[in-house]
Amino acid sequence: MGTISLKNISKSFGSTQVLNNLNVDINDGEFLTLVGPSGCGKSTLLRIIAGLEQQTSGDVLIDNKNVNRVRASERDLAMVFQSYALYPHLTVRRNLETPLRLRDYNAFERLPLIGNFSPSKKEKTESINQLVNKTSETLKISELLDRKPGQLSGGQRQRVALGRAMVREPVAFLMDEPLSNLDAALRVHMRSELSELHNSLKTTFVYVTHDQAEALTMSSRMAVMIDGNLLQLDTPQEVYDNPSSLSVAQFVGSPKINIFKGTADSGGTVSFLNVNLKRKSSESNTDLHIGIRPEHLEITNESNENTFSGTVAYRENLGSDIFFHVNIEDGSNKIIVRGLPQLTHQISNGSSVNIKRVSDKALLFNEAGMRVQFTNA
Amino acid sequence: MEAKQYIGEGWKHAILIIGAIVVMLPFYMMVSMSLKSQQEIQSISGGLIGAQETQTFPVCVKTGYSEETCTMKPYQYNYWFAFEKAPIPRYLMNGVIVTLSIFIIQVLVALPCAYALAKLRFYGREFVFSMVLFCLLIPVHGIALPLYVMLAQAGLVDTYSALILPWTISVFGIFLMRQFFMTVPDELIDAARMDGMGEYAIVWKVMLPTAIPALLAFAIFSVVAHWNDYFWPRMVITGNRDLFTPPLGIREFRGGIDSDEFGPMMASIVTVTVPLIVAFIIAQKRFIEGITLTGMK
Repeated sequence: MGTISLKNISKSFGSTQVLNNLNVDINDGEFLTLVGPSGCGKSTLLRIIAGLEQQTSGDVLIDNKNVNRVRASERDLAMVFQSYALYPHLTVRRNLETPLRLRDYNAFERLPLIGNFSPSKKEKTESINQLVNKTSETLKISELLDRKPGQLSGGQRQRVALGRAMVREPVAFLMDEPLSNLDAALRVHMRSELSELHNSLKTTFVYVTHDQAEALTMSSRMAVMIDGNLLQLDTPQEVYDNPSSLSVAQFVGSPKINIFKGTADSGGTVSFLNVNLKRKSSESNTDLHIGIRPEHLEITNESNENTFSGTVAYRENLGSDIFFHVNIEDGSNKIIVRGLPQLTHQISNGSSVNIKRVSDKALLFNEAGMRVQFTNA
Repeated sequence: MEAKQYIGEGWKHAILIIGAIVVMLPFYMMVSMSLKSQQEIQSISGGLIGAQETQTFPVCVKTGYSEETCTMKPYQYNYWFAFEKAPIPRYLMNGVIVTLSIFIIQVLVALPCAYALAKLRFYGREFVFSMVLFCLLIPVHGIALPLYVMLAQAGLVDTYSALILPWTISVFGIFLMRQFFMTVPDELIDAARMDGMGEYAIVWKVMLPTAIPALLAFAIFSVVAHWNDYFWPRMVITGNRDLFTPPLGIREFRGGIDSDEFGPMMASIVTVTVPLIVAFIIAQKRFIEGITLTGMK
């Protein structure tokens, strides 16, 4: 089992409130990602789960047991750190053994030399060796066991850090931005490896990252945190398609969602620029933010009441897609439009284009940044 | 451009060489005098090692040895007589006992203190640390008398304890190690806590191994200071020759009824200095190898 419940967790350092009454239920075997911009309190939350930090108020429950007063080492959780935090003076093998030695040997057996006289030590040592060998085979680090961390590459250290967490077979893994020190290619590769590892271990993963791409690709559910508040907790697809607020919509998705200033008239009909959405907003007679993702805008030759025009300021070719950064005519904002290379390859910087939206994909937000629904969907 | 650079480098080296000569000259004199006869020393002749003529040494005869025993080459005589006249091995052993005890206890005290000051959050930490800094400003000589009185009251004068106890808490050590521990990433300590180590285990099993370079630097300061210390042993060791440390031992050759005998005196000084220099060379190698924190990112 590996369920973790956070109930009304608040944390403040002095007078600064870092976490604001958070409630999260993490299911057994789930890959939950805590995602948010730097300084949103996600790492603090993870450290509170780990027991490395004490919450100001609220309860942490692991397997329905309140662990507020349980020390980090006794919560049976394992943590992978951003800097890997391997013991620099020990070989990889000893690094992997350390958590097991501390768990399995008693104080007498840990003593140098005379500890070896304990009758049960031999048996324990054997089981530790087995676990270390098993883990290192799973992670393909068997040939590194006699090296020191300083002699390993970044990716290898990452694996060893994972291994040190895995040997103990904990109820849950806590990971604090474990991929952010790797180069881009390796990071993408490790994403899939981590997902596979999660599938084969079937243990709860709590994963902290500021990279929304990692959250979208790996997690079964993601929790978006901004400024110490939990804004949305849902599957990645749901968070992407149905963001609960403007900040979530802007944080998730790359390139960023386009925001237009628009209005709803007394009947609730929404319009922006010269475009009139066919649908009605549930809030009428107000200013609105209309969010449309780059892939829901198209470059078109038509020019009618459903299109608006602009000038291409910058063309970003990614091979599979081309993103056009377009200054729209009234000069109010710069938007990003995705184009398919085969259709748009001849468009260059400075050319003027017409842009059409894909219907039914606009998201409405009110002045306060909260989501507004359409009435007749 | 390149020629200019060479000239610039040349100047630097010229100055460094002059500095090196100034520093090395006393050592040269010490070694040279420990090999030469008294006449050669006093007439400043004979170069580095002197003529090494076999001769009979009058001070030796006066001390009560037979003329036959006292006839040898000057370098033999200097070293032989130094060891004859004073129990130099005993002094060296005292030096080792005292400096090692001081260093080990200093580490036992300083490491946990430095760890607490660098990595634990507790009320009044900054105040405690400022007191540590404040203690750095207290000169030893200023508190020597009260210390002596306390030791005398406790009946510890003329014991090893008197030589060791006052130095066991080194604020400099605490300060130095604290500054080093500040550079150790918090994540390493958190990882150790997650693995199940207690705070003391973290100090000895994680912090100590990563701090070896800083500890070596501190060891050099501490050992050199207490090996060479003359002031404090002179105060608390009042009569018992068995407790003399090397600097007190050397003093035995100064003055006295049989006039100054520079040869044996310098020989004893060489004997006392060599262990330190050897230790230095060994430590220096370790210094360069240094255990770095490359296990981190």
